[in-house]
Amino acid sequence: MKEEIIIAGFGGQGVLSMGKILAYSGIMQNLEVSWMPSYGPEMRGGTANVTVILSDTRISSPILHEYDTAIILNQQSLDKFEQQIKPGGCLIYDSNGITHHPTRKDINVYRVDAAEEAVKMNSTKTFNMIVLGAYLKVKPVVVMENVLNGLKKSLPERHHHLIPINEKAIERGMQIVNQI
Amino acid sequence: MGEDIKLMKGNEAIAEAAIRIGVDGYFGYPITPQSEVMETLMAKQPWDTTGMVVLQAESEIASINMLYGGGGCGKKVMTSSSSPGISLMQEGLTYLAGAEVPCLVVNVVRGGPGLGTIQPAQSDYFQAVKGGGHGDYSLIVLAPASVQEMADHVKLGFDLAFKYRNPVMILSDGVIGQMMEKVVLPSAKSRWTEEEIKELNPWATLGKPKTRERNVITSLKLQSDEMEEHNHKLQAKYQRMKEEEVLFEEFNCADAQYLIVAYGSSSRVCQKTVEIARDKGIKLGLLRPITLFPFPSDRIYELAQQVKGILSVEMSAGQMVEDVRLSVNGKVPVYHYGRLGGMVPSPSEVLKAVDEKLIGG
Repeated sequence: MKEEIIIAGFGGQGVLSMGKILAYSGIMQNLEVSWMPSYGPEMRGGTANVTVILSDTRISSPILHEYDTAIILNQQSLDKFEQQIKPGGCLIYDSNGITHHPTRKDINVYRVDAAEEAVKMNSTKTFNMIVLGAYLKVKPVVVMENVLNGLKKSLPERHHHLIPINEKAIERGMQIVNQI
Repeated sequence: MGEDIKLMKGNEAIAEAAIRIGVDGYFGYPITPQSEVMETLMAKQPWDTTGMVVLQAESEIASINMLYGGGGCGKKVMTSSSSPGISLMQEGLTYLAGAEVPCLVVNVVRGGPGLGTIQPAQSDYFQAVKGGGHGDYSLIVLAPASVQEMADHVKLGFDLAFKYRNPVMILSDGVIGQMMEKVVLPSAKSRWTEEEIKELNPWATLGKPKTRERNVITSLKLQSDEMEEHNHKLQAKYQRMKEEEVLFEEFNCADAQYLIVAYGSSSRVCQKTVEIARDKGIKLGLLRPITLFPFPSDRIYELAQQVKGILSVEMSAGQMVEDVRLSVNGKVPVYHYGRLGGMVPSPSEVLKAVDEKLIGG
């Protein structure tokens, strides 16, 4: 098993921490993992992305130019990464703020209206966990138990009381993701 | 999962490993992409636990000279910086090498020249391996290619620094510094006591007892014949490093017809290139130097008897390629492929270079 993922959106959307939770979940499942952020002069509101690789064998390059899955959270990232998905790969995107939707026919496209759902759930900060849920529904590369253990590892202890609400968000994401 | 497996950045691994192996002092000045080293140390506050000193100096020049003082006392001292900051340290480094003071310097390389960019590069190879400062000296240069090696090389670096009384440099880059991977940290050890330092490092300047002559730490010898003798002693030491300390790793070299030589983050990219090439039936291998000084010349020479050509892949305009050519000594053609200024090559881009330069060439 090898899953090469790019997660891309605005700084502040929780792109990097979502990647980190996914990587920790991978460790809990005894997988090899790598997490490589774009670390340019990023800022809140600017673009941010992270490459996460989960594999049951040693990971060679942590930097990739094509991906099994792209998780896309804004228009700039969609424009940049849609063409870098492997044929037959997956694109999961939040349509919030998207004016030019994906056009490729040789990939599987899924939509998750996570931003909208997060507002409905009255918990905008769990936006990224709704997206993570959508991803895990499409690609169940790690089991839920390990995701929750990954959350525990990745969050500082003072935030552990937030784990149930994050779990709820992940489950919600699993429910609302739709293949286009 | 074992409790000891952690997920962390290369820069954080450097800091965590330093505390655990009992480093006495870190002196540094912030610069991207290595700022997490000092950030992590400051957050961990090891002065309360192991007694390790962590100090933000007023500049890189101050940092490196604090290493001269601390290392001269036989303490395990280190600094970290990135390319422009390391340039500022070159005077200090040649003094440390000349005076045979052990220390560890971490360079998380960014694109240059000048202030350059904060993105990863490997364009400081010449500076690290060929001197950088003045005079005939060498640093021992380690090139980690993973977060695990970032942690491991802190211990290895200090072991070598004290074995040879020589500064050691970890030559990393923004990829290895910023990425997170699994890491198992070295087992915790307490810092050396004053007695241990006196016993292990009898040259250290810790105060003169009546029982021996004074210890002198200096790189100054005004008499030319003495200075020549000192130089010969240093050269003999560098020769011994070449004989005893060369480290490298091979991927698919046994039956390789074509060879890539790459270190650090480039070697990770090239490992993927080898995987793709092997899937296509191309007999491509990769040799990854782990020590850049001493360089694995003998093994590259051996492989040159077997392969049709060698490609040196670096995120530079072609620096290590010179050492590969010297190792091969004309036996097979040696080419360079690289990206500059903070760009990282893709595995397929490297394969294209292999195809054009090695197979087609």
